[in-house]
Amino acid sequence: MSKKLKAVIIGPGNIGTDLLMKMKRSEWIEPVWMVGIDPESDGLTRAREMGIKTTADGVDGLLPHVLEDDIRVAFDATSAYVHAENSRKLNELGVIMIDLTPAAIGPFCVPPVNLVQHAKELEMNVNMVTCGGQATIPMVAAVSQVQPVEYGEIIATVSSKSAGPGTRKNIDEFTRTTASAVEKVGGAKKGKAIIIINPAEPPLLMRDTVHCLTEGEPDQAAITESVHAMVKEVQKYVPGYRLVNGPVFDGNRVSMFMEVEGLGDYLPKYSGNLDIMTAAGLRTAEMFAEETNSGNITLPARG
Amino acid sequence: MNLKDKKVILHDMSLRDGMHAKRHQISLDQMVAVATGLDEAGMPLIEVTHGDGLGGTSVNYGFPAHSDEEYLSAVIPKMKNAKVSALLLPGIGTVDHLRMAKDLGVSTIRVAAHCTEADVTEQHIGLAAKLEMDTVGFLMMAHMASPEKIVEQARLMESYGANCIYCTDSAGYMLPDEVTEKIGLLRAELNPNTEIGFHGHHNMGMAVANSLAAIDAGAIRIDGSVAGLGAGAGNTPLEVLVATLVRLEADHGIDLYKIMDVAEDLVVPMMDQPIRVDRDALTLGYAGVYSSFLLFAKRAEAKYGIQARDLLVELGRRGTVGGQEDMIEDLALTMAKEKGLI
Repeated sequence: MSKKLKAVIIGPGNIGTDLLMKMKRSEWIEPVWMVGIDPESDGLTRAREMGIKTTADGVDGLLPHVLEDDIRVAFDATSAYVHAENSRKLNELGVIMIDLTPAAIGPFCVPPVNLVQHAKELEMNVNMVTCGGQATIPMVAAVSQVQPVEYGEIIATVSSKSAGPGTRKNIDEFTRTTASAVEKVGGAKKGKAIIIINPAEPPLLMRDTVHCLTEGEPDQAAITESVHAMVKEVQKYVPGYRLVNGPVFDGNRVSMFMEVEGLGDYLPKYSGNLDIMTAAGLRTAEMFAEETNSGNITLPARG
Repeated sequence: MNLKDKKVILHDMSLRDGMHAKRHQISLDQMVAVATGLDEAGMPLIEVTHGDGLGGTSVNYGFPAHSDEEYLSAVIPKMKNAKVSALLLPGIGTVDHLRMAKDLGVSTIRVAAHCTEADVTEQHIGLAAKLEMDTVGFLMMAHMASPEKIVEQARLMESYGANCIYCTDSAGYMLPDEVTEKIGLLRAELNPNTEIGFHGHHNMGMAVANSLAAIDAGAIRIDGSVAGLGAGAGNTPLEVLVATLVRLEADHGIDLYKIMDVAEDLVVPMMDQPIRVDRDALTLGYAGVYSSFLLFAKRAEAKYGIQARDLLVELGRRGTVGGQEDMIEDLALTMAKEKGLI
C-alpha cells in the first residue's frame, strides 16, 4: 500500500494550481481531485491536462468519490465565506482540512513552530494564517523561544501583481488574522500586522520586516542563533526564504528583514507571498502523512 | 489666474501630517491649543490622528505620545465650528478604527491608498459612506501614475461611495503643470457632485503655487498646515496660502491675521527642527520619495553612516511607496555592509 495520502484541492485558481504543481513532486501527498465551480475555467482545464480528476459542481460534486478514492486531505483555496461549509462536509467523511483561506475556524498552523503538535493531535482543520504570517511568525517565535516578547510587529510588502482581488477586498482580514497569529503562534503578548502593496515594475520580491520588543535586555547571542536556526527550518520547504539583514538590536527592539522568493512553479518568483502559503500548506499535509506512516497518529477509520 | 470668489475649503494637517515632524509626540495640550486657535481663525476642517492615520501606532512608524482616541477625545469637544477629520490607511488601520473615530465625533474620514491600489479601500469607503460620514478617497503619491490612471482609480473610490477625491502629492514632487493636468482631468471626468481635493508638500518649494494651480483647475478642498508643520519640508503653509487667497479675492473664510498668529505663536515654538527645504527634504521632492521618510533617513544616517540623501535617492529608484518606512533601515544596513562600515 502506498504511503502517500490522497488529496483534493478546492479552488483551481493561482493558489490551487501552484499547489497542484508542488504536490506532483511530493513523496507524501498525491493529488487526485481538483474542485471548481466553472466547467470552462482555465484552472480545471489545466488540472485535467495534468491528469487530475475534476468536478465543476463544487465540493458536493466531490463528496460521492471521497471514500471510493480514499481522499484523506483537502486543501481549501477558495474563500472564507464558503470554507466553513466545505470543511464541515469533508470533515464528516474523515478528510483532514488544510485551510488556505482567512476563515480560521481551526487552529493557526505555521509549520516550523507548531505543525508537529497539530499533527500529533490530529487536528481535522488547520488554518494557514496569511502569507505575511507564514513569512514572519517563525521569526517572532524564534525570539520568543529565547525570551518573552512583549510586542511583535510585522510589516509585509507584496507586489501589486501578487495581491489578488480577495486580499484587496478584505485587507482588514489580513491585518487582523496575522496580528492574532503573531500572538497565538509567535508568542508575542501583543501583535500588530501591517501590509503594503507596491506596484513597482518589475515586481519586487515579497519583503517582510519583523520587530520584536523583548521583556528585558535581549540576549543577543541566543536570539541570533535561534533566528538563524529558524530560517533554516523555513528554507526546508521555502528555499527562497532569506534573512537579508539582522537580527538588529536597539535597546529592547530586535528586528529582522526578510525576503521571500518563490519557486516559480505556477506563480512567478516574485510571488513569494503566494508560494510560501502553498508550500506551508503542502508541508502541513506531508507531516500528517509522515506521522500516519510512522504510526504516531491514526486517521479516522473507514469501512 | 482668476480665482475671484472661487470657493475654497481649507483643511489643516498640522495635527496629523505635523505628527511626522514631531515624531508623533504632540501633547494633548498642544493639540487642543492649536486646534482651538485654528477654529477661531475660521478653519473649517482639522485633521487629528497619528501621522500614519488611525492605528498608525507601531515600531515601524513610531509610537505616539497619546492614542488616537485620546487626541480625538481631547480636541473634538473643544471645537465651536471646525469639524475634525481622521486619516485611515487600509493595511494599517481597519474598519474598527473607523467606527471608533465616528463614535468620538469625527465627521470626515479620509481613506488613503497608493494611487494605483484604490481597490484596497472598498471596505472602508463603503462603511464610511454607509455611516453617512463625509467620505474622502485619498490617492497618495499621485506623481507616480498618469492622469488617466488617477482618474480610473478615482472612479473606483467614487463607486465605493466617496464624495470627494484627493490628488495627493505625498512626495512634494509635482510642478504646477502636472497639478493642473491631473486635477483638470479629475474635474472633467468625475461625477460633478464629487468634490476634488489637492494635498501638497513643499519639498520643491512648490506647495503654494501647486495649490493655486489646483484651485484654478477645479479643486475645492485644499490641504495645508499652519506654519507648514508636516512631513518633509512640510505641507502647504496655510498662512501663506491664505494671504495669496486674500489677494486673489477667493472665498476661503479664514482670518489671515489669526492664522498668522497661530503659526507664529503656537506652532513654530513647537517645532523640534525648522521645517524647511534642507538638502534631504529637497531630495524627497527631487527623487519622488514619500515625505515621512525624511526623519527615518536622517536617523539611519546618524546610526549607520550612510548619507540620508543617498538612501532617499535609492528608495526613489526602487519605487518605494507610502508606508515602507521599514525599507530605510534595511537599505542602510545593506549599504553599510557594502561599504564595509559594519
